[in-house]
Amino acid sequence: MANDLSVGNLIRSFGDFTAVDNVSFDVPQGSFFSILGPSGCGKTTLLRMIAGFDEPSSGTITIRDQDMRGVPPNKRPVNLVFQHLALFPMMNVADNIAFGLKRRGMKSTEIVRRIEAILERVDLPGYGKKQIRQLSGGQKQRVAIARCLVMEPSVLLLDEPLGALDLKLREQMKVELKKLQAKVGTTFIYITHDQSEALVMSDHIAVMNEGRFEQVGSPRELYSEPQTPFVARFVGDNNVWSGEVVESGERLTVRTGEELLFTTRSHKSYAKGSRVDLFLRPEALRIEPTDTNDLNTFEVDVKTILFDGANSRLLTVMPGGHELLVSLPQNRQFDHIRPGDRILLGWHPDAGLCFKV
Amino acid sequence: MKKITLLTAACCFFMATAVQAETLKILTWKGYAPQVLIEKFEKDTGIKVEATYSNNEEMIAKLRATRGAGFDLAQPSQDRISSVQEKYKIYQPVDYGKIDAKLFIPSMLDAVKANTKVGGNSYAVPFCWGTSGLIVNSDKAAEADDWNALLDPQYKGRISYRLKRPTLIAMGYALGYDPFALYSDAKGYKEMLDKVAEEMIRTKPLVKNYWANGDALLESMRSGEVFVAMAWDNGGWKLHDENKAIDFKAPEKGALGWIDTFAIPAKAKNVDAAYKWINFMMAPENAAYFTSQEKVPTASLGANAHVSAEVRANFDRSFPKETIDNIKWYPPVPAKLEIMEGKILDKIKAAK
Amino acid sequence: MKSGFRLSFWLFLAPVLLWLFLLIVLPHIDLLLLSFRGENDMGDLVWTIDNYKNFFIEPIYWYTFVRTALYAIVTTLCTFVLALPVSFYIVKLARPRTRGFLTVLLLLPFWVSELVRVYGWMILLRESGVLNYFLLKTGLVQQPVEMLYNDVTMIMGLVYTSMLFMVVPLISAMESLDDSLIEAASDLEASRFTILRTIIIPHCKPGITSGAIVVFMLALGNYLTPNLMGGKNSLWFTEQIYNQFIASFNWNQGAAFGFLLLVLSSCIIWVGLKLSRHRLGEVAA
Repeated sequence: MANDLSVGNLIRSFGDFTAVDNVSFDVPQGSFFSILGPSGCGKTTLLRMIAGFDEPSSGTITIRDQDMRGVPPNKRPVNLVFQHLALFPMMNVADNIAFGLKRRGMKSTEIVRRIEAILERVDLPGYGKKQIRQLSGGQKQRVAIARCLVMEPSVLLLDEPLGALDLKLREQMKVELKKLQAKVGTTFIYITHDQSEALVMSDHIAVMNEGRFEQVGSPRELYSEPQTPFVARFVGDNNVWSGEVVESGERLTVRTGEELLFTTRSHKSYAKGSRVDLFLRPEALRIEPTDTNDLNTFEVDVKTILFDGANSRLLTVMPGGHELLVSLPQNRQFDHIRPGDRILLGWHPDAGLCFKV
Repeated sequence: MKKITLLTAACCFFMATAVQAETLKILTWKGYAPQVLIEKFEKDTGIKVEATYSNNEEMIAKLRATRGAGFDLAQPSQDRISSVQEKYKIYQPVDYGKIDAKLFIPSMLDAVKANTKVGGNSYAVPFCWGTSGLIVNSDKAAEADDWNALLDPQYKGRISYRLKRPTLIAMGYALGYDPFALYSDAKGYKEMLDKVAEEMIRTKPLVKNYWANGDALLESMRSGEVFVAMAWDNGGWKLHDENKAIDFKAPEKGALGWIDTFAIPAKAKNVDAAYKWINFMMAPENAAYFTSQEKVPTASLGANAHVSAEVRANFDRSFPKETIDNIKWYPPVPAKLEIMEGKILDKIKAAK
Repeated sequence: MKSGFRLSFWLFLAPVLLWLFLLIVLPHIDLLLLSFRGENDMGDLVWTIDNYKNFFIEPIYWYTFVRTALYAIVTTLCTFVLALPVSFYIVKLARPRTRGFLTVLLLLPFWVSELVRVYGWMILLRESGVLNYFLLKTGLVQQPVEMLYNDVTMIMGLVYTSMLFMVVPLISAMESLDDSLIEAASDLEASRFTILRTIIIPHCKPGITSGAIVVFMLALGNYLTPNLMGGKNSLWFTEQIYNQFIASFNWNQGAAFGFLLLVLSSCIIWVGLKLSRHRLGEVAA
């Protein structure tokens, strides 16, 4: 499949500081691609270079096989949905959407037709005459996206557009955005620091840290097979022990700070005596396992129950004071557990993952 | 208690301002109250002098606005007193008994008395006199010797004059009228003004600018931007000191002579000090100091002996006997003329 | 409690009202009465509207007013065209430190009086002035050129004098303009000029309107600059008022001109606001 966007060895430095450090990636046509990273990781700089508001220090940006070097933003086949939307307050909804079409010198009857069509598509039919200040947060969101989509860009860039919305609306918009993208088929490049947004919507995610891509992959790959400790920490929740390798081989045996011995796996094999971090998802911990064969087991005290419906967890503490999150299964089997109880936990060696420190 | 203290303090403050040294407020022309003489007067009498600089029109406007209050002494030109006094009553009659008549050239004192007479009283005594004529750069405009030079195409772009009433009168002379004779004939004067306006509008391209500030005019003459200008004699003499080619020239048809006076505003607060100042300024050595500084002769009898030789040389050079006899002295201006002249001046300025 | 508030409210308001009344309303009433007085043929003062009639009958008077108003409008437009990029640079492009410096630089000419500023220009532009000296030295001209005493120079002088009063409201209007709006417009394929026309100017409209009113009134009411730099043809309406008061001793006519200036300039501003679909209250806020 053809790539809508190719980025090769892109570098952007400001003086001594390198904001984007040798990044390369391809975005296939029609996909939803997210760049996920903490604030200050360089993702916004990267996006602004793609949109043309910033020039790379070196490297290439190619959109639909066209080199974008020296092409100003108003000549690029991409459109950007701004973090704070940047709707023009002096115009109504229709004029906002018509803005770009007018610049192309399109006939006004055609413009009217397209505005109606795109408003239909973002579920705001008949909103053309409304002023921007009359819209709710979610409606503004959709107008901002409509204003870009009506330009039929090769690539639509979105710079944390859900950041300003409240939680409920954000959850709802996540699903809507994904549906919209599937419907229009435009390539979306989505920037966020919220891993759940990225995981829910994306076909592919690039995890970015300190100007570099740590890992590019599908949400499932990132979640279950993180390639670096940063990705393991950043994507989803994880429990972490630091420890030392005491036995090397196909499986590693790690001694943790609490003198517990765990058998686990790693992407590479590490020599005996290496310091490692051991990552384990909360849902990988089984409470009071009936069959403890092949499992790593240990006892903890329940500190509190973090009730969150389907996402409820136990906050437990190990004898040495190390805290662990444990997912509660949904079958109400463990309703009897109370804070202060001592319970047995067990986990399968394949569920854990070690990285050298 | 506190209130009483405050009140006493306030009273003391007002008293202090009241008993503070006597002051004399003079409304005059720039240069007419030299700092050296002010200091000398303050030392002699203990009266503080505050001078405000102005010109004829503004002097009248200021006094008219306050109906003659705010100043103890004014120095308008003699021809601008009688009609103004008749209409606005801004001056009080001069008590000639308080004037030391011995200090004045008798003929000038009499002339000013006669010219400022309104209803049996006279309102001014002479201070100094001078003329308006031409300042000519003889390197560039040797032949300029009469008012016509101001209309002469060969000095295109090198002519400058003020857009004020003396210029209208000078132009009247240039065109062969006798403006002062027409003062009493409003219709004839209007005809002359119309002709003057027509001529001045026609020759507008010849004029570099209408000067408004004396120092600025002198600078334009000095730098050679202007060859012929209508201006006061003392300006020409100042330039002559720097550049012998530039000098004042009395026009053949006669320079326009003015006399500036002392007149006492109707509501003057410190009349005694005003008379003291008049007598002080007219003392020969003080008048001579003023003349040497400003190159303006005064009505002081015997001041000439104390005037510096160069200043006297200027005067002798520009004013031989027959030139002095030919000076056209401004007679008192009838009231109606000034509105007429104002319209004409606006018309000239607005014309393309 | 409520009456206490009312009392203190009036107590604080009283000096303001008194000040307004004594220093602004009273003198204007006096001037208004003055403008309806005039002398009849016998030289007696009578009530008359001749002073107002004169303005419309005598071509010089209304011609001067029209000329003054037109030049004031031209000055306002020129000032706007110059001030827009300057304020844009100061607000959006300059670094914060340079910004303060530039603002001070704009303010600097206003630390000296208008007279000094105008004489500064005269020294630069006169025939024997600084600019001509360099032009002659470099051989660009053979003969010195007189750059003073014409309408172009006069307008330049007026623009220079009023720059600040346009830049300051523009700066404060532009500060509230979100950069991302400009970027969004650029992203939607707008050229620089289109961005200026469709985004920046509409956003700055309140600032532009208030700046334009101030500059227009300043230019219309200016006396020194047209008088000194404009030279031979530049009869300004304020000069005519001055002449009536000072040179012709005709206070009645001068007062009538003063009121005509007030009324006519208010009309021009009203028309301007109508054209730009603004209300005065919005501008003041």
